[in-house]
Amino acid sequence: MSWFEKLLPSRIRTDGKKSKHTVPEGLWSKCPLCQAVLYRAELERYLNVCPKCNHHLRLSARRRLESFLDSETYQEIGAELAPTDRLKFRDSKKYKDRLLQAQKNTGEKDALIVMKGEVIGVPVVATAFEFSFMGGSMGSIVGEKFILATQAAIDNHIPLICFSASGGARMQEALFSLMQMAKTSAILKRLTQAGLPFVSVLTDPTMGGVSASLAMLGDINIAEPNALIGFAGPRVIEQTVRETLPEGFQRSEFLLKHGAVDMIVDRRQMRQKISSILAILMHQPRPEIPLELENST
Amino acid sequence: MNLNFLEFEQPIAELEAKIDELRHVTHDKEININDEIARLQAKSQELTRSIFANLTAWQISQLSRHPQRPYLLDYIKRIFTDFEELHGDRAFADDPAIVGGVARLVDRPIMIIGHQKGRDVKEKLQRNFGMPRPEGYRKALRLMQMAERFHLPILTFIDTPGAYPGVDAEERGQSEAIARNLYVMSALRTPIICTVIGEGGSGGALAIGVGDRICMLEYGTYSVISPEGCASILWKSADKAPEAAEAMGITSQRLKELSLIDTIIPEPLGGAHRNVDEMVNTLTTALQEKLLELDKITIDDLVEQRYQRFMQFGRFDNMI
Repeated sequence: MSWFEKLLPSRIRTDGKKSKHTVPEGLWSKCPLCQAVLYRAELERYLNVCPKCNHHLRLSARRRLESFLDSETYQEIGAELAPTDRLKFRDSKKYKDRLLQAQKNTGEKDALIVMKGEVIGVPVVATAFEFSFMGGSMGSIVGEKFILATQAAIDNHIPLICFSASGGARMQEALFSLMQMAKTSAILKRLTQAGLPFVSVLTDPTMGGVSASLAMLGDINIAEPNALIGFAGPRVIEQTVRETLPEGFQRSEFLLKHGAVDMIVDRRQMRQKISSILAILMHQPRPEIPLELENST
Repeated sequence: MNLNFLEFEQPIAELEAKIDELRHVTHDKEININDEIARLQAKSQELTRSIFANLTAWQISQLSRHPQRPYLLDYIKRIFTDFEELHGDRAFADDPAIVGGVARLVDRPIMIIGHQKGRDVKEKLQRNFGMPRPEGYRKALRLMQMAERFHLPILTFIDTPGAYPGVDAEERGQSEAIARNLYVMSALRTPIICTVIGEGGSGGALAIGVGDRICMLEYGTYSVISPEGCASILWKSADKAPEAAEAMGITSQRLKELSLIDTIIPEPLGGAHRNVDEMVNTLTTALQEKLLELDKITIDDLVEQRYQRFMQFGRFDNMI
C-alpha cells in the first residue's frame, strides 16, 4: 500500500471491487495497473499518467491535442464533418443509433480530431483518434478528416503528427472503411513527395486497419509506454496458433525490440521530443523549451 | 451428400447422380434412354440457372471458397506464357502464400502477383491457406518496384482469407508490411490491374489491391472482415455469418453498385470450377481489354487518376 493510500481514511481505501462504491464519482480515480487511488485533478495535470507507476491511462483526443499544442495557437480543422450510414447497416443495433450514442457519450462527431497549431513554436498539423468513439474505429469520416489534416500540412508546408488509438476498421462501413486504409496511405505518399515529415505516435491500443495503414507509416514512429500495438488482436492470434502468447507480446517494448518503432516516449515528454525532432528535420532553430519542461521527467 | 456440391446445390447434385445412374443402365439394355438423359440434363441446367439466379451473399461467400475453385497457379498455367516465378523478399524468407513472377499475356510482358491457396492438405499447410506473412507482402513490394523499373504492367490476383494472424507475423511487422504496400502502390508509375478471383479478405487482400482497375469474378467476395468474424464481434455469434455477409455487402454485384469496383467478370454457370476453360477465356479477354484501356492513358494521368479514385472512396454528399 502506498503512502498516499495510507493517508486516506480506510473508508475510501481501494480494495478490489469494493472501491467502486467507496470512491466518490468524479473526484478520485484509480490507476488500473497499480491500483493507486489518485486525485483526479492531479491525474489530469499529469496528462492521465499515473504519478505512482507511470502507467499511461487513455486520454481523450481533444484533451490530447489541446495539451500537446501550444495554448492560444491551435484551431480545429474539419469540425463540421459528420458520418452518414451509406449502407443502412444493422447488426443487433442500427449503425445510425450506435453513432448517435457515441456522439452523445463523447461530444464528438466521429473518432478523429484535427488541429493546426504549434508545438513549442514549431508549426504543425496534429490529429488524434478518440478511442471512446466506437473504439476509435476508422470509417469514412476518419479517413476524410485525415485527408484534410494531411492536405493542410502539405498546403502550409508543415509536418503532420498523428496520435492513434484505434481497434481498426469500422465494420459497420464494410468495404468503405477498408478503402480508408488505401486512402490515408496514398495521401501520406504525397506528404513524403512534398518533403514533409510524418510523426506517428502509437498509443494504447493501435490495432488492425489503422496500424496496417497510416499508423505504421511514420518517418518517425513513437510509441507510448506499454501500449498494445499490432495487426491482429491477441485473442485472434491465440485462437489461431493455439498457444499462450509470450509476456509483453505486442506491447511497445516488444515493438521497439523488433524494430517497428523508433522510440518509446513518456507522454509528459512528448511535446519537447517531437518539437525537437521536427525542428531538426525542418531545418528550424532549436525550439526554446521552457525550463520547467526540460527539468521534468 | 455430394461433397463436390455446396449445401444449397444439393438438388442439382441429386439430379446429376440420377443422370449418372441412367448412363450405367444404358449399357445393360438396348432401350434408348438417351432422350431421358438429355431431358434430365436440360432440367439440371435449368435448376442450376434458377438456383444461381438468386444466390444470397452467404452462398456466394461459400462459392468464393469452394474447394474446387481455380486458384492463381491454375490460371497462370492456362492464361500466361513464359511464366518465371521469382522468390523471396531478399531480407528474411520466401512466402509461398504469395506467388509472383514475370510472364507474357499473349506476347505482352507483364508482372504477376497474387495469393495462392493450397489444393491438398500438404500444400494448404505449405501455403498457409493463402494467408501471407510480412515477407510475402515484401516480396510483392519488391516485384512491384521491379515492374515499375522495367515498365511492366502489374496484374494482381486476390484470393486470401486475410493476412496471417500469428506471433511470427507480428514480430516481423505485419502491419508495416501491409501499410508500406498501400503507400507505394498508390504512386507506382506503371499500370496496375487487380482482380479478386476468390476471397478478398480485408487488409491482407488490399495489400496487393491498390490499382487502376479493380475487377472481381462474379462469385468472388471482398470485405473488411470475414462474415464469421463480423458476426462473432457484432452479433456475438459466428452462426450469424449469413446475416453479416448480407449486411456488409461483400458480393461483386453490391460492390459494383457502390462503385467500389469497376468490373464484374462473369463466371460459367455454376461457378468458375464447373468450367475452368470457359472461365479462363473470359478472364483472359477481360485482362487484355483492361490493359488496352490503360495503354491509352499517360503514366502521369494514370497515377493521378488512381490517387483521385481512392480519395473519393467514402466521400459522400451529406457528410456535413
